[in-house]
Formats: sequence, C-alpha cells, structure tokens
Amino acid sequence: MTTAAVPSAKPYRWWHSRAVRRFCRHKLALTGVAMITLLTLACIVGPYVLPYDMLYIDLRARFSPPMTGDHYLGTDPLGRDIAARLLNAGRISLLVGFSAMVLSTLMGALVGVIAGYRGGLVGAALMRFTDAFLAFPSIFLVLALAALLKPTPEMITIIIALTHWMEVARIVEAEVRSLREREFVQAGRMLGLSTSHIMFREVLPNAMGPIIVAASLTVARAILLEAYVSFLGYGIQPPLPSWGNMLNGAQQYLAQAPWLAIVPGVTITIAVTSFNFIGDGLRDALDVRSDHM
Amino acid sequence: MPAFLLSRLWQSLVLLVIVSIIGFTVLNLIPGGPLAQFALDPGMTQEDLDRIARQMGLDRPLPVQYLDWAGKLLTGDWGNSFRDGAPVLQVIGRHLWATFLLMGSSTALSIAIGTWIGIRGATHRYSVFDYTATVGAMIALSIPTFWFGLVGIYIFSLELGWLPAGNMYTIGDGSALNYLHHLILPSVVLSLVNVAIWSRYMRSATLDVINQDFVKTARAKGLTERRVLMKHVVGNALLPMITLAGMQLPGILGGALVTETVFTWPGMGRLFLDSLGYSDYPVIMGLLMFSAILVILGNLLADIVVALVDPRIRLG
Repeated sequence: MTTAAVPSAKPYRWWHSRAVRRFCRHKLALTGVAMITLLTLACIVGPYVLPYDMLYIDLRARFSPPMTGDHYLGTDPLGRDIAARLLNAGRISLLVGFSAMVLSTLMGALVGVIAGYRGGLVGAALMRFTDAFLAFPSIFLVLALAALLKPTPEMITIIIALTHWMEVARIVEAEVRSLREREFVQAGRMLGLSTSHIMFREVLPNAMGPIIVAASLTVARAILLEAYVSFLGYGIQPPLPSWGNMLNGAQQYLAQAPWLAIVPGVTITIAVTSFNFIGDGLRDALDVRSDHM
Repeated sequence: MPAFLLSRLWQSLVLLVIVSIIGFTVLNLIPGGPLAQFALDPGMTQEDLDRIARQMGLDRPLPVQYLDWAGKLLTGDWGNSFRDGAPVLQVIGRHLWATFLLMGSSTALSIAIGTWIGIRGATHRYSVFDYTATVGAMIALSIPTFWFGLVGIYIFSLELGWLPAGNMYTIGDGSALNYLHHLILPSVVLSLVNVAIWSRYMRSATLDVINQDFVKTARAKGLTERRVLMKHVVGNALLPMITLAGMQLPGILGGALVTETVFTWPGMGRLFLDSLGYSDYPVIMGLLMFSAILVILGNLLADIVVALVDPRIRLG
C-alpha cells in the first residue's frame, strides 16, 4: 500500500518528500492504510489457516449463528463456513476493485492525453464522448452490459472500468491542455522528442496528483458496484464467492439469519471506507484542489 | 435568451446525439442483436431469421440503420416490450412517477439536512461537529445503499415492526397516509448517501463565500450574525449547489434505482431489473436512453435556473 502513497516523480528519497510527510500526519488516511493492509493480509493468509474450506457443505450445520464451534462467523444456508467464504470472496472483490481502477485510470489517461494534446475537433469529440458516458447512470450501464455479456470476474472488471474512466479523462485533458504550450514542452519538441514521449513522460506526470486521488476513490466505487451487481445475481457467479454475491439471498433469510447480511455488508463498508479515507489523505497530501469533498 | 444558454442548448443536443450512438452500440452488442426476440423461438429456422432480418432492415449498412433507429426515437417510437407488447415509452411512463416520488422526497429531505450540516460545519470549522460530520459523511458514502436498505428492513420492519418492508402501498388501501408509511424507509435509506454528498458540497460552498469582502461589509454594517449568514452567505453558497444538483443527478437517479430493487418499489429501477430478468431488450434499451436523456435535461435545467437566479450570468 505504501507504494500508492508515492506521488513524487523523483526516484530518490521520496520518503522525505512533503507529500509523504503530510500523508503520514493524516490520521484517517493511516487508519485506512492499516485497515486495508490487515484486510488484504487476512484474505491472502486466512483461507489457509481457517478450519473449513469455502466450498465444504455441511447440511447439518446450516444457519449456524456466529461463534458456533469453529464457525467463527456462522454458516450460510448450505452450511458452508462464512469466514472462509468471506476471505476468499475478499480476494476476488479486492482484485476486481484494484484491476478496475488500474484499467479505468489507463483508459482515462489515454483519452485525456489524446484529447488534450490534439485539441481541435478530435479533442472536442473525445470530450463530448466523455460527457455522454457521464450522462448514463453507471449502475444501469453496468447492469445492462453484465446481463448481456458473460459475467466472469474479468468481464465485470472490464465493464466497471468502461463506466469509470471519465473522471480521469477530464482531469488529464484539462492538465494537458493547459501545459501544451508551455516552454518545457516546446523545448522537448525542439530536442526532437517524440510526441508520445513528451505526453507520457513530460506532461502526464504533472497531473499525477489528481489522478492518484481519483484512482483511490475509483477502487472504492468499483468495490461498491461489484457488490451491488453481484448482489443482484448479474455479477460474479457462484460457486466463486464475492462480497456481493454472499449478500445474494441474504434478504430472503433476513429474519432467520441476519448475520448472512451483516457480515459481508460490514466488511464491504470497512474496505470502502478505508479507500475513501486514503483518497482523502492523498488529496490533502498532494494538495489537490477539490471542488466538492 | 443570452448566448450562454444557446450554447448550452446546442451542447445538450450534441450530447443527445452521442448518447444515442452509445445506446445504438449497446443494442448491437446484444447477442443476436435486435433479432434476439425471434432467436429465442425454437420454431425459427435460419431462413426465417434471415427473412425477418431483411424485413426489419438489418441487412442495411449500420449508419443507415442508426439513422432509422434514431429517427424512430425522435418520433416516440421506442419499440414494444417483449413481455406485454405495450409501447416502451408507455411502460416507462407507468413507472416514472414512483421513481420521481422517491427521488423527490429523498432529495428534499437530504437537501434540508445536508444544507444545515454543511453550513454548521463551515461556520464551526474544525470543531467536533465539523470533524464528526466529515468522517460521518465519508463512512456514509462507503455504506452500500442496498445493504443499508437490508439493515433498515431488519431493524424497522422485522425487529420493531414499525415500517413496511417493501412495496408502495398495501393492496386495497390507497390512502395517502398508507403511501407515506411505505415511503419513509426507502426515502431515508436513499437520503443517507445524498445527505453526505450535500453536506460536503454545502460546507465547501459556504467556506468559499464566508471570507469574501461583501460578507465582511455586511458584518461591518452591524447586521446580526444570523442575518449575515442567512441572507448574504447562504444565498450565495446555494447558487453553485444548483449546478451541482444537476451534475449529481446520475448519482441520485442511480441511488434511487438501487433502493427500489431492495424495497420492491415499482419505479424505473425495479422495471429495469425485471426487464433484465425477462431479457426484455426494448425496455432495457429504452430505460438506458431515457435515463441518459433525463440526466442531460436535468443538467440543462440546472444551468437555466442558475442563469435566471444569478444576475452575473444574465449580464455576462
């Protein structure tokens, strides 16, 4: 996680930079980092340590409440251990969240750089295209695409990325457009550097702050979206567990077994809160001017 | 009409065209494309499908098909639902007002609470209240809305038995009070996220205004702090909120759709989900396009309202 907190372009002694120091003073952000680290470790190590396999069905132990025997978080309607499923699900959900963030950030940066640098008709067309994507409620778009296409974890990741690249695209486009005519870009051109070198090595690093902040918040949004789509049954398909599809069916057993809903829901909230805290800390540390949050 | 609004109108039209292109692309992503409804019928042979494709004009080049499809959208011919054959626009119209009722009540509630929290947070900056509100808003934004709905149902319907767990009214009882009773829980659940968003926006909008010269002037004139706040600060802080409300529209609409699915609220979100279950593509496509158009019109409306309220824009 500490690598995400490295905003400086200088490879040497980045840990002395002002941004890192400011981030380390941000208590909420540190709490977020700690919680995410713990959660990630638990998801990686947990399944090896826990006494039950996530797929082991024990029909005699159906609907055991938490702390029954070795079922620390209880069992589901098939008698499977919820703790084992929760941690395995975390691997999928966190991975989907991260991958969607990486993919959408790359897409956004690419669109933003092209639109900002080319400008003119191409730039305007790309930015109107970005605006058009923002007009669709992302939940509709994600659900429609997930229902139409095959909902593997990879596909869900791509679909979420497809609906979340716009913010980064706008940030990058604005930054590139404002830097396009600056002296260091002209100097680069005179030195005979290629356009892509100037764009990605010289101009883009200037927009790193807002991009990193947007990326950390995108992880949070991607986890929420995956949870919702899977909750409805259009996301990650069982027997592969995800935090969202563990909640699928929880509504049905709400009176009988409330822990089915509470355990994954609290975990999702903890994970998403952590990423939002981290995003907030990064915004302060990187001195990103925010209009709303 | 000032040039600003004309250019906004023109931008919205361009957006609508692009939105329709995206919609058309999604339509053609459907396995089997617009033919999907016939492909499901086991009695269909490939020759039948080819013939229908010719009859529906699917053998024409894509740009021609797009123009035809977009033209039909303009004239209100959005196709018919696979489920009951009713025109798509009519189906959407039946569910529209339920969503609007939910969105409207929740937005009113969250603006009232959010504005108050935001102003208080800004005037008592870095106080315990401000800090709690900031952290609280971040946590509220992190709680999955659908899960918060489940928790609400568990506590208030199953455990306490105070509020109904779903639907819009009790069958056989159409009184306003009954509707209101069913509205409370989904409306409050939807408001959680919206209060968080509004209070953050309002806090920073108030902070932008509170240190400006005209506020100092108002204080120097000897106005009471309350009058300065209500008349000079809040009035000006609310202006950018109108634009933000427009920008926030996809989020609010999306939240309403999520809430509807948990509470079996018979609005557009519920309709969308039911249509997905039946592979009712014309309705799915219709809702996709309809919500995007709604958002674009909402943004346009917000800009018009701001221009009407803010004299600086009218002059400039």
